[in-house]
Amino acid sequence: MTLEFFLGHVNYWLFIILMMTGFYIVVSRGNYVKKIVGLNIFQVAVFMLYISIGKVTGGTAPIFPTDSQGKIKVDPEIVYSNPLPHVLILTAIVVGIATTSLGLALIVRIREEYDSIEEDDILQTEAAMARAEYKEHGSVFGGEP
Amino acid sequence: MATASEVHHTALTLTDHLPILQILIPFCTAPLIVFIGSKSLAWPMAFISSLLSLIIATTLLISVSDGSYISYKLGGWVPPVGIEYRVDATNAFILFLIAATATVVLPFALKSVNHEVPKRNHTLFYACFMLCITGLMGVVITGDAFNVFVFLEISSLSTYVLVSQGSHRDKRALTAAYNYLIMGTIGATFFVIGIGFLYMTTGTLNMADMADRLRGQGDNRTVQAAFAFIVVGMGLKAAMYPLHLWLPAAYKFAPSAVTTLLAATATKVAIYVIIRFMFTVFQPDYVFNTNILTWIIGPLAIFAMFAASLIAVFQTNFKRMLAYSSIAQIGYMMLGVAMFSTTGLTATLVHMFNHGITKAALFMGVGALMLRIGTTFYDRISGMGRAMPLTGAAIVIGGLSLIGVPGTAGFISKWMLVQAAFEQHLWWLALIIVASSLLAVIYVWRLVEVLYLQKPNSDVTLKEAPMLIVAPMWVAAIACLYFGLDTRFILDAAATAAEGLMAGSAGMAEFSTATSIAATDH
Repeated sequence: MTLEFFLGHVNYWLFIILMMTGFYIVVSRGNYVKKIVGLNIFQVAVFMLYISIGKVTGGTAPIFPTDSQGKIKVDPEIVYSNPLPHVLILTAIVVGIATTSLGLALIVRIREEYDSIEEDDILQTEAAMARAEYKEHGSVFGGEP
Repeated sequence: MATASEVHHTALTLTDHLPILQILIPFCTAPLIVFIGSKSLAWPMAFISSLLSLIIATTLLISVSDGSYISYKLGGWVPPVGIEYRVDATNAFILFLIAATATVVLPFALKSVNHEVPKRNHTLFYACFMLCITGLMGVVITGDAFNVFVFLEISSLSTYVLVSQGSHRDKRALTAAYNYLIMGTIGATFFVIGIGFLYMTTGTLNMADMADRLRGQGDNRTVQAAFAFIVVGMGLKAAMYPLHLWLPAAYKFAPSAVTTLLAATATKVAIYVIIRFMFTVFQPDYVFNTNILTWIIGPLAIFAMFAASLIAVFQTNFKRMLAYSSIAQIGYMMLGVAMFSTTGLTATLVHMFNHGITKAALFMGVGALMLRIGTTFYDRISGMGRAMPLTGAAIVIGGLSLIGVPGTAGFISKWMLVQAAFEQHLWWLALIIVASSLLAVIYVWRLVEVLYLQKPNSDVTLKEAPMLIVAPMWVAAIACLYFGLDTRFILDAAATAAEGLMAGSAGMAEFSTATSIAATDH
């Protein structure tokens, strides 16, 4: 792996590092808010990937130049970057915000009901609930656990 | 894209706008329900809108049943630049399933939701319900890859809200919704990474155009990565084993009406996206060359059929048992895809529909029991088959269809699946399918035993569920019987769809040129 190869793909390296960081946080952290943070980093990594692939070598911002009357003057000589990935990512950002806010809203409700946002505590509460249920309703399987 | 230039965008009549109306009607109903804000008007509005959706979906299904397709250009922008809605035999079929389920579930929801969700949340509940349907139908109808992601998130976000509404009965609905949100978002983000890679390779987002440009890119590493990301991402959404972890809790703790809708439609839509990308965008021969079907999807599907069925056998709760049985049934659908033949795909499509109506009937039965007893643990619902004869009978019909007893819808799809196995001389696969159906016999029999042969609990009100719950449940149950006896409609539609899929995008173009013009004349 040459340096040139490494630098030539630098946006992809950053994407992979950021994506994996976010993914790791989601999987490894037990705190529900931290999971959402990880999810955000994960999504932002994808936004970066999209935006970076819109870049065209030597390209400028995709705005047509105008003449003195304000009329669009199309110059085929000018190279433009691809604006479409940016537009796609605008939509994805909105989706990301909606997901984050819904996740946080759920956390508020979870905090109200469970009095904790730590996965371990919540799993414990749920395990206790499941055990109680099993004790009460498990007789169909022939008696107590 | 021959038709894009031949048929100009002269959409003057209402019929020409049906593809967009299919999405717009429920989509506009949702905010309308919120703005009007009347609890008593929310349900009628939702019902009328889903009824209109059903009429549109039926019209679309009839007009594409000859194998043609309808291409609708949003805002008159010609694809591949503009967003295209494309209705063909495959997605018209799924659209019909979604619209029909919504229309059947809503009358059931009226009483069930009243019982399970507090009154102050009703307007928002029905708004989310409509958004969920919009998203699901949007995923199915669109011909634009990024649009799939947007609609997918519309449906997913509203689904998380709907699942969390079960928290008024059991607080675990909240964590179920949260876990679903985390896994669903990871799935959707994987999917969008896959789309990004495809866009990098092809520079287009229109599925048909993408398929054209992907031809001969078989050994391109970017395309391979895209394929992997899309299959895994949508596999998460479809609860494909072993990516199913969100499903049991979400199904169990969601309000019954929501579970019915989800079980009948949401996972099927995700499977549709997998099929659509595998066969239309990536082309059948590309998928075949990756060997993913033989070595990954096939074995996992078989494993799901057994593992999930076995877990279902040992459940003590009716609703949770059905959730695990859903995971097993998704295994059957993926097995049909993995067999990679027209018959196999037909089996998958038929099973998507048949399992949809079967699970709708069963989960509505759950809702009826919830209404009368408040829980669906086996020791509480014992003997209820005699106390609630109509509900019990509908559950038994649904259970028989789940097993695949001849005369029910479930038999047809399993028969197609076995046929597909024999076609490829995989007699052992046919045996496996039959063997896993035997596991279904066990868990359904346990249920029948609990409902009919055990002594009823004395501390419950022994009364049949109200008509508004029983009627939709019986519509689904009779559909299970009807589609088990009269198979022409469903098999023809699925076979046309499967033929189109196996031909890849070439098949679509071949069908289209002559017939799509005729189709728009209807």
